[in-house]
Amino acid sequence: MTRSVKALVVTFVGLTTLPGLAQPVAQPAAAPPSFEAAVAMLRQVTGEGQGNAAATAAWPVVAGAGVDSLPRLLAAMDGAGPLAVNWLRAAVDAVCDDGEPLPLAGLEAFLADTRHDPRPRRLAYDLLRGVDPDRAAVLLDGMLEDPSVELRRDAVAALVARAEAAAGAGRAEEALAGLQRAFAAARDVGQVQAIAKSLEKAGMPVDLARHFGFVLEWRVIGPFDNPGGKGYATAYPPEQGGDPKAPPAVPVAGKFGPVEWRPVTSSDPLGLVDINGVYPPPAAAAVPAAGTTPSAGESKEGLKEVVAYAVAEFDAPQAADVELRLGTKNAWKVWLNGSYVFGRDEYHRGMEVDQYRLAVRLVPGRNVILVKLCQDDQRKPWTTEWEFQLRVCDRIGTAVLATGR
Amino acid sequence: MTVLRTIGGIVLALVAARAGHAADWLSFRGAGGASLVTAGTLPTELSADTVRWSTPLPGRGLSGPLVVGSRVFVSTSDGPEQDRLHLVCLDAASGKILWDRQVWATGRTMCHSKTSVAAPTPASDGRQVYAVFSSNDVVCTDLEGNLRWVRGITYDYPNVSNSLGMASSPLVAGDVLVVPVENDSESYTIGLDVTTGVNRWRLDRPKGANWTSPVVVADGLAALQSKTGVDCIRTADGTTAWRYTDGADTVASSWLADGVLYVPSNGVTALALDPADPAREPRQLWRNNQLAPGTASGLVAGDAVLCINRGDVLTAGEKATGKRKWQLRLQGPFSTTPVTDGVHLWAVNEAGLVQVVSLGETEGKVISTLDLGDEILCSPAVAGGSLFVRSNTRLYRVGK
Repeated sequence: MTRSVKALVVTFVGLTTLPGLAQPVAQPAAAPPSFEAAVAMLRQVTGEGQGNAAATAAWPVVAGAGVDSLPRLLAAMDGAGPLAVNWLRAAVDAVCDDGEPLPLAGLEAFLADTRHDPRPRRLAYDLLRGVDPDRAAVLLDGMLEDPSVELRRDAVAALVARAEAAAGAGRAEEALAGLQRAFAAARDVGQVQAIAKSLEKAGMPVDLARHFGFVLEWRVIGPFDNPGGKGYATAYPPEQGGDPKAPPAVPVAGKFGPVEWRPVTSSDPLGLVDINGVYPPPAAAAVPAAGTTPSAGESKEGLKEVVAYAVAEFDAPQAADVELRLGTKNAWKVWLNGSYVFGRDEYHRGMEVDQYRLAVRLVPGRNVILVKLCQDDQRKPWTTEWEFQLRVCDRIGTAVLATGR
Repeated sequence: MTVLRTIGGIVLALVAARAGHAADWLSFRGAGGASLVTAGTLPTELSADTVRWSTPLPGRGLSGPLVVGSRVFVSTSDGPEQDRLHLVCLDAASGKILWDRQVWATGRTMCHSKTSVAAPTPASDGRQVYAVFSSNDVVCTDLEGNLRWVRGITYDYPNVSNSLGMASSPLVAGDVLVVPVENDSESYTIGLDVTTGVNRWRLDRPKGANWTSPVVVADGLAALQSKTGVDCIRTADGTTAWRYTDGADTVASSWLADGVLYVPSNGVTALALDPADPAREPRQLWRNNQLAPGTASGLVAGDAVLCINRGDVLTAGEKATGKRKWQLRLQGPFSTTPVTDGVHLWAVNEAGLVQVVSLGETEGKVISTLDLGDEILCSPAVAGGSLFVRSNTRLYRVGK
């Protein structure tokens, strides 16, 4: 009864606060939809606000359904689009506003079922933890291999804490085993790096590039011209079609003369490919004349207004939906097997591992990843870098390695 | 209990919708981006006793708070990837959190370590609150926390983002929410219907990172600032009324006072709007490159234009001519725009030091300070005789 009244009253609020409505109008409210029908309306929300109007009317029904509805509400997020999920997510907060006792058994059962989507499972965990942190800690013990990155992250953190306690108590072997297990399970980038540092300190260095799935073997060609940033939209020979699995073996015309593919192997633990290292600047272009110094804030090295391409062959053991995760400060484009995936013409706004996540499907056998990397004309010290890193992994960040690696 | 509370919400919503709250603080830097408060309402003598309350917040952020009636609204983000986006409502009298609505980011959450996903200050029309995040998610609720609509601008237009973070604050103009999402790549300002969140219009904007916020310059007109200058648009349809093309800053925002738009351009350039028709080309009153706002935007106090430069020097210029009157070095650095009642200035530096400056004709003088001991990067809201400022962890009410 209370829930129904609440839903109707909240709907009334919505109707009377519509813009342009000069006076509250006492109109008989239409019968509210059922919980299931209301959830269905929320799940229909898609891009550019499509479905918002219906969802605005349906949301109070879901938000007023009471705490017993929480497992159903969380389950409604499974497979829904991200905007629809957000309608449901906010309803969870409203459902919990009344402070009624949460259905802990239902939430725990939802959490335990890894067929549910990771985010609502994490939300179920947070709700449980808010009521019973001890029980949550027990549950976390079994989540070292959880498909939710955040649940796994907390489970790894708990394991690391136990390992550190063991180390503090002089149980070095136990501590090391714990750290190794934590490293294998960790997917959060910062957490992986921190554990790797601890392992290295303990005399057990790890292969970070392999753990993350960074592609290390590339062939690079360039520099091509990028006057005023126009090279970003210029299709130089490496992106001019043809057999995507057979990039040109030419030489072709570059900015300073004929250019050809050169093999480059990254030895960086995070797979960094430094194009400046491949194409050091011509002395006259970047080195000040004898007896002079670069003007304040001017870059001391690195080509400017240039484009390079990097290509890697990736032998996939089977067809797979994966993510290409790219980090770079430079404008970029990526193709997979000749098909354009995505690009962004932003320069020097920062770089981090997994900066861009590109969902793609690998074909069985040989795949060709082509990266276009553009450098602009800025001369400040922070605009020198002309580099990228790219890894292949699954949705939660587990490395997908090429056959034979 | 639920019903009573909801009926209370009805009353609150109806009062807000019909009467409005003249003393509310509904957007970044308040009405017209002027950072102006009613004279004599804020305390000029600050001490630890003037901190009325401070409340821990569920997440990080540097967006400014809003005050609507008896409620304070603030946005935050949390989680390992800062992808949990919160719109939080607090009771202005007690600081108690009344409700918290979360969504997940649908756009990128990467940003510079000094900023945050909760960087843009929300906006309100007194009936609804509109929170925009660096991920370009937009969340609209009513004052009671009922979700009205959501949008994911980057979900719709995937190259709308900035690896340093977005920070422009939205603006309510009639029944349109103006959302600037200008960046190096897919650069827009979008007008959203306040009732449904759907696009009313989408305007191509100069490609370039831009952290400035729009200002209402007259009924139905808003000034959009970018590296190319200022475009004054009709908020109903996004069409351009006039353009100022001498370039402008991409951090400090323009502000409006007494029919003049002060633009951080070549120092500061004062553009007098046509009082008969503000949609017509404005007249340039003056330009002075000695008035150069840093991160904080400038403001007008009485007959003075005030700017804090990157060296933490507060400069007062004549409002009529732009000619420099006096300078005062403050304790900086500053990310927040100060507020003024025309007689005094309240400036909060990044270390949380609130400095009250007496604004004289020939000099300015710091007459009181309060050390909050917390990093403050947001521009304050003012209502009910108090400053409301937030740090990465807390919301403070300072004053009456």
